[in-house]
Amino acid sequence: MTLEKVKGILQADVLVGSDLSYEVYSAYGSDLMSDVLAFVKNHVLLLTGLINPQVIRTAEMMDIHAIVFVRGKQPTEDIIELAKQKNMIILTTTHSLYTSCGLLYTHGLMGEERV
Amino acid sequence: MKLHYYVDGDAFISAGEASSEVKNVLKQLGIDPAIIRKIAISMYEAEMNMVLHANGGEIDVKVTPEKINIILKDQGPGIPDIELAMQEGFSTADQKIRDLGFGAGMGLPNIKKYSDELQIQSEVGKGTEVKITVWLK
Repeated sequence: MTLEKVKGILQADVLVGSDLSYEVYSAYGSDLMSDVLAFVKNHVLLLTGLINPQVIRTAEMMDIHAIVFVRGKQPTEDIIELAKQKNMIILTTTHSLYTSCGLLYTHGLMGEERV
Repeated sequence: MKLHYYVDGDAFISAGEASSEVKNVLKQLGIDPAIIRKIAISMYEAEMNMVLHANGGEIDVKVTPEKINIILKDQGPGIPDIELAMQEGFSTADQKIRDLGFGAGMGLPNIKKYSDELQIQSEVGKGTEVKITVWLK
């Protein structure tokens, strides 16, 4: 699924990045970076309601290039700056984590254990 | 190649910078991305442990054609029972650490999972030394 499609499904805003043709093949939703580090295996789309710079760092270590911040959470300028440096794509949506994941799932974007 | 980093225990924002730099260096050296991922995840987990539990410390990274060695030394509270700390889900993290998205008790087991060799030496009240080895061949 392209990020353009993700943006449409989640009625999301794009905070960082411009190339929405980037494609993701699975997604992972978590507010716990410990679990992202321990369980994610692929270059997923990360959905999270956690707002701090370590979300970007964690994504960097895992080679995750696209993040959706849910629940209308707005990352601070230092987080946005770090994401720009790392060439990431950041979207925000007002939907909850559950709803965001559900919407993407029903449109065919599975969890990585289902791909 | 040898690299040395000071990790500031008070700077949550810059935590992970050393791991990020090492990841970039290894990329420039043309190392297999799958191996870089192992190193990046294990080093970042260890670096975050240092910041969250031990008020920072120092990291030495040595890259040879055969392997990558990462040694993280801190002067934090130490780990009383390493075997217990290695169990998935065991955590001494307080609510503040958990609110930051860490402290699920997955850090040390995850370092073990992604490294080829892991040695931990710790003395309560003195500090901890974590040695991570990832083989390149």
